[in-house]
Amino acid sequence: MANIITRRSILGAGAGMAALAAGGQALAQNRVQGDASVTAPRLAIENGATLRVLRPVRFVQPDEEVFRASAARFTQATGVQVRVDFVGWEDINQQTAVTANTGAGPDIIIGFNEAPHIYADKLIEVSDVAEYLGRKYGGWMFVGEKYGKRHNSNNWIGLPFGGTAGPLVWRKSAVNEVGYQSPPTDLPGFLEMCRRLRRANKPAGFALGNAVGDGNGFANWLMWSHGAGITDPAGAVSVNSPQTLAALNYLRELYPTFVDGGTISWGDISNNQAYAANSLFVTSNGVSLYFALKNDPATRAIADDTEHSVMPLGVADSWPSAPLTLNGMVFRHSRFPNAAKAFLLHMMEGEQYEPWLNANLGYWAHPLTAFKDAAVWTSDPKVAIFRDSMNNKFWNGYRGPLSEASGQANAEYVLVQMFASVAAGQATPEAAMREAERRARRIFRR
Amino acid sequence: MSVTAEEAWVRQAKAQSALSKLFDWKPFLVFVCMLPAAGLLLVFLTYPLGLGIWLAFTDTTIGRSGRWVGLENFEFMLEDPIWWNAVFYSVFYTGVATVLKFGLGLWLALLLNNHLPFKSMLRAIILLPWIVPTVLTAVAFWWIYNPQFSIISWVFIELGLRETNIDFINTAWPARWSLIAANVWRGIPFVAISLLAGLQTISPSLYEAALLDGSTGWQRFRYITFPMLLPILAIVMTFSIIFTFTDFQLVYAITRGGPVNSTHLLATLAFQRGIPGGQLGEGAAIAVSMIPFLVFATLFSYFALARRKWQQGESND
Repeated sequence: MANIITRRSILGAGAGMAALAAGGQALAQNRVQGDASVTAPRLAIENGATLRVLRPVRFVQPDEEVFRASAARFTQATGVQVRVDFVGWEDINQQTAVTANTGAGPDIIIGFNEAPHIYADKLIEVSDVAEYLGRKYGGWMFVGEKYGKRHNSNNWIGLPFGGTAGPLVWRKSAVNEVGYQSPPTDLPGFLEMCRRLRRANKPAGFALGNAVGDGNGFANWLMWSHGAGITDPAGAVSVNSPQTLAALNYLRELYPTFVDGGTISWGDISNNQAYAANSLFVTSNGVSLYFALKNDPATRAIADDTEHSVMPLGVADSWPSAPLTLNGMVFRHSRFPNAAKAFLLHMMEGEQYEPWLNANLGYWAHPLTAFKDAAVWTSDPKVAIFRDSMNNKFWNGYRGPLSEASGQANAEYVLVQMFASVAAGQATPEAAMREAERRARRIFRR
Repeated sequence: MSVTAEEAWVRQAKAQSALSKLFDWKPFLVFVCMLPAAGLLLVFLTYPLGLGIWLAFTDTTIGRSGRWVGLENFEFMLEDPIWWNAVFYSVFYTGVATVLKFGLGLWLALLLNNHLPFKSMLRAIILLPWIVPTVLTAVAFWWIYNPQFSIISWVFIELGLRETNIDFINTAWPARWSLIAANVWRGIPFVAISLLAGLQTISPSLYEAALLDGSTGWQRFRYITFPMLLPILAIVMTFSIIFTFTDFQLVYAITRGGPVNSTHLLATLAFQRGIPGGQLGEGAAIAVSMIPFLVFATLFSYFALARRKWQQGESND
């Protein structure tokens, strides 16, 4: 048995092996049964249609292989030539913007998060596809629906394709050593655990630097677990609130328990480095950290000692984390809108989607409920937590509508810097909150 | 076949075509020859600069072409403590780094100007920090300044001189000084090699004459080396100030303007607002706000340090 796991994980490292080999036999089976009685929308594919698709680069090699193979099957079935381009994560937002503004370029972009909401008037609706998929596969999960539908309407402008969230990542031995079976799920208990870890010289640490993923993830958790939000449901700035103050005061007590040297200059990679070097024992990260440790024989022991769990909820009633969401959109300038919609539909049908989900080893989680039965979620017990990522009730810019501004507030680290300035002792919580409010007002003024 | 004797052949003066006349006309020829260069400048220099300035007066974002908003971006900028902080740090960074680079660079140039064994080898090695791509330097310093894995902290702790890691980039002032140190390390070779070139143009006969007059080493430096070096110093300093003031890579790669915006230079802040933040208009306004500083710095080093007539043996006006 040990041999099999080792072999699987080494292959899973993505050395160009096919997804099926990487996942072993179990992952090759399709387990998800859609409701066959639901009929697909009739999409009359235009004559001579060709498609260009842009999507972010893979986490793991099989992602790209399975995606391309599924696209090739679409070509076989319909005769529509599909060209898929993979672009770097930093570039996809800019390329989406240029495509939307110039009205030229790819027919389909699978972008990130709020992109369809920014360019809503440049997109065609995909409600028929979304509603069909929802009925067939047990309904859309919360984040899928949030990112797919236009604000306050039932019109789908995006087709969420998958999401990834960052849970609490912790070393079992360290947490046990300071007297816990698993990290407490309440905020005071969590603080107490971090204090004990600090005394045991096995500290926690969360990024407070200009780290797009980890920094914003941690700041959002602090906000949402205290019931705060950068905007109210109408989209007005609401950062200056007693809830935010409580979050800031909580961090003021939590930060001194962090790893030596502090985390205010941390980028997205810093916690991975410190965790792998045995100087950090509790942090928050996507599943990539676990796989990196697991696939490297030198850090395999750390991976075996690693557990994932949901960040403490505080006052939230679901995991306070906004998954990074792949969001498919079809542009109005496409000459073959039906072919484009048919392509997205094809890719999200179980025959294509489930192998893709499995090939991703848990890096991406499904937005459609039925895929919870996919083999990937039982392939490794430590990955199971990611299965429900899209059931979180949070999104970027929570509680307001998805907009360009919510993305910008993230990109400019408004909340991260508010927290960091308090942690560093540069500002009082009140002053930091006022400064964040000033910046947020500017960003959300439109 | 005709056998009549040919008349003596006279070369026909060909009527010059209009085109050829045109090309013989000097003003036109000059204009045409300048066109390619002018075209390149217009397309690659004037247009982007003009576009940047135009954008600064609009509310363009990456997702949407903007409307003219007049001075609104600049008004916001002047109220924005983050911008003021970037202005302060840009000036501070440039000032301190320039003084250090020129002090140390001049010293190094003077040392290298002596006869040393392996002279050319040494000079080549000195250039290394400058040859290495800035991003690699930045990555190296990012590791050196890493709050958890800094080699400097490690050495100090291993030697028992410290208990905890050194705070290089975790709080505002240490981060500011650390970035200046990285910039100075990178910039010294450029200054040193340029000044060395200047030193070698100074005629040895001047030093010989001074020696015969019984001058001290300091006097030779003060009254021969330094004045003769001033013209090249002016040029090198102008370039150095511009490069330092507009520095981007070191800061962006090491701190990204953090902790909490305390190390943003105007260039990094303009990028942060414009590209990741998507506010092209605001980013352009911040970039435009660098222009007065650069013009001032250039004029200062040009007029304050420029070539004087007495250096060519004439008297000052």
